[in-house]
Amino acid sequence: MTGDRASTMNGRPLEHLRICDFTGQLAGAGATRLLAAFGAQVIRIEDPVNEGRWDVLRGAAPFVDDRRGGELGGGFQNHNVEKLGVTLNLRTERGRELLERLVAVSDVVTENFAAGVLEAWGFGWERLRSIRPDIVYVSNCGFGHEGPYATFRTWGPIVQANCGLTFSSGLPDLPAAGWGYSYMDHHGGNIMAMAVLAALVHRNRTGEGQWVDMSCTEAGSALLGPVVLDRTVNGRPLRRPGMPHSNRSDSPQMAPHGIFGCQGDDAWVAVACRDDRDWRALAVVVDEPWTADPRFAAVAGRLAHQDELDANLSAWCSGRDKHGIAAALTAAGVPAAPVRTPEERIDHDPDTAAWGLWPAVDHPEMGRVRVDGVPVHLSATDWAIERPAPLLGQHNREVFGGILGVSDDELAALAEEGVL
Amino acid sequence: MSDAGSGPLRGVRVVELASELGAFAGKLLADMGADVVLVEPPGGHPTRWFGPFVDDVPDPEGSLWFWHYNTSKRGVVVELEREPDVFRRLLEGADIVLEAEPPMRLASLGLDHTDLRPDRPGLIWVSVTPFGRNGPSRDLPATDLTILAGGGPAWSCGYDDHTLPPVRGGGNQGLHTACIWAANAALVALLHRDAGGVGQHVDVSAHAAANVTTEAATYEWLVAQATVQRQTGRHAAVVPTRWVRTTAADGVDVHPGFPPRRPGEFRQVLDWLGELGLADACPDTEVVRLGAEMDRDIQLGQVGEDPLATEIFGAGRDAVRFIANHLPGREFFVGAQRRGLTAGVVQSPEEVLDDPHVRARGWPVAVHHESLGRTVTYPGVPIRFTGTPATVRAPAPRLGEHDAELL
Repeated sequence: MTGDRASTMNGRPLEHLRICDFTGQLAGAGATRLLAAFGAQVIRIEDPVNEGRWDVLRGAAPFVDDRRGGELGGGFQNHNVEKLGVTLNLRTERGRELLERLVAVSDVVTENFAAGVLEAWGFGWERLRSIRPDIVYVSNCGFGHEGPYATFRTWGPIVQANCGLTFSSGLPDLPAAGWGYSYMDHHGGNIMAMAVLAALVHRNRTGEGQWVDMSCTEAGSALLGPVVLDRTVNGRPLRRPGMPHSNRSDSPQMAPHGIFGCQGDDAWVAVACRDDRDWRALAVVVDEPWTADPRFAAVAGRLAHQDELDANLSAWCSGRDKHGIAAALTAAGVPAAPVRTPEERIDHDPDTAAWGLWPAVDHPEMGRVRVDGVPVHLSATDWAIERPAPLLGQHNREVFGGILGVSDDELAALAEEGVL
Repeated sequence: MSDAGSGPLRGVRVVELASELGAFAGKLLADMGADVVLVEPPGGHPTRWFGPFVDDVPDPEGSLWFWHYNTSKRGVVVELEREPDVFRRLLEGADIVLEAEPPMRLASLGLDHTDLRPDRPGLIWVSVTPFGRNGPSRDLPATDLTILAGGGPAWSCGYDDHTLPPVRGGGNQGLHTACIWAANAALVALLHRDAGGVGQHVDVSAHAAANVTTEAATYEWLVAQATVQRQTGRHAAVVPTRWVRTTAADGVDVHPGFPPRRPGEFRQVLDWLGELGLADACPDTEVVRLGAEMDRDIQLGQVGEDPLATEIFGAGRDAVRFIANHLPGREFFVGAQRRGLTAGVVQSPEEVLDDPHVRARGWPVAVHHESLGRTVTYPGVPIRFTGTPATVRAPAPRLGEHDAELL
């Protein structure tokens, strides 16, 4: 453990850890966001020459108002709460020397540059471990640092296309719907955090650090399972006529199972009958003659006649309110949920409110802004999100002065020389 | 599996109560080297009856769902209601308990974390539930579909035609999202204990997890009170964006990536057209040549403003699509990337296993099922640890397979 941040019993669980962090966007920054929320000291290193824009989200939409600029990007602010921010020009010898000193007192180095970028600056795995033998180094890029595609570049939509996630989502005989957002940027970040955490568990038990060569595409493919085994065991590919049909459920077999149009503009409800008991409960709520059709009594019949079943249920839903349908069905024990709009789930959902899922931070430029919270609660040492994303170089003095002992005069000189 | 070598979590002991919702968290920990003991009720957990089945024959030992989600675990049969002491004994030496029971069930048996913790101050207890142990909806039923619908992801996923329903992204991702957070939180709690802290309860809400896994849909609302709208095969957006994918010669959809803007990129496209013998057939070749001869990059702000820049930009985009339409999908992807274009190919999950890069990294895992005399290729693990490689170490346990050694 790095000694100079004492672990506390009642603080946050990772307060004893320091992360030297080069991550950006969501697929990387999401990882250290999680670690920071649990108390790790995450030191985000940014390039003063291009004002931190190696993270393309710095200064990117959405914005709170008409102002624009590097400190005003809404996504960047969301993904970098609770972190410290420093600037360091790695083109300079003094910059590289300060980085070396920072690595020496860090537990972890994280980055999601294209493969080879950090090494080109002189800080590849061999160098990092020579600076600190038990360092945990986690790199994360689209295809990893090794293999035939190591030089290929990606961003969210490419990762999702190549890993199989895009293909897996859609309605029959239509193009793949994909995910509609960079789902794998979230889990690229979350799984990168898992890599850090697991490697630290190993370090704590053995004293050994290691390099983790994470490929975001590989991580995405690992999120698809039974359909792959259906191919390798039974020879049945998911690329076949009528598939995928991802609003239905073959594994486990459920019917009805889908998303049905309701009263109002773009209003929908999801309904799933897990078994015949759910079906009978749904039949009581719906209370229409077609629910007594003997073909629908058992799951095999409902699956065999699913188009007709869906048409009937769709007609019933179409004149009703999505919230009312979901409330009536769930009260009867049948899984159902309205397809919630962002406003509904953020501002009008008792569950997200009770969880404290949308903490607010006070950002010096943006003002008070709500951000994503964390979907787990720890009973003794929970997460906290109180600090906004760092301004460019905001914590240079705290980090270089406070941790590395660089004097104020020297800091001023370094800034003058373009090192910070 | 206690003797199986590798993985960063070697030496970590987990007791998992079999469940649909939490199984992937146990798999993540087990494949990373933890010794995970899966506890099933007599007769087996209901997920053993989830299809598809080996050779399409329904059999509790042949569920591919169960196989996938329970790799690298050991398995025992314990009837919690009748054998609470057997369960308590299993917890000796355990670091983590993982369960996804309905919120009040274990308390009613006197086997919840509050009942067992007094004797086990270091125990980490992870509960994965649809709405959290204490949420207002904690007793409501939910599935992967309803979690993704009520928790946000489905709003962003679907088609331009809004008479078509929003789409549930495929592959049990509502469950996976909860489980990834569960595994991470378990490891956070373990590291806290390593540093001298106490064991604690970890409350995971699948609904909350889905809510914070929707990227811009959430922060467009939080920051700008704007609402994204779903679009076919591209990110849901506040302002509609243009269709980007195209179909390759083998019928596979491809993602052509950002259109060329630099002279060198236009040169690459021009050379590629020539190599493929498509220069004469492609209607944009001459304008692409103009792009290659430019003395500066096209700025995005010029597109739609400067007529020549707009024409060159459009020609580059269309020429790349033209090439894509004339090559098999994966060949287009590899060719484009080798030429510096950030392209992709929409692969089905099984096609990933044949990808040369994936194979070169040794990602698919051959797992021997001794009881069937059959070796099966499994998807690999999400993380490539170079010091302590994680992998699928063993197939899912047969029902009660490890009763004798563990009970």
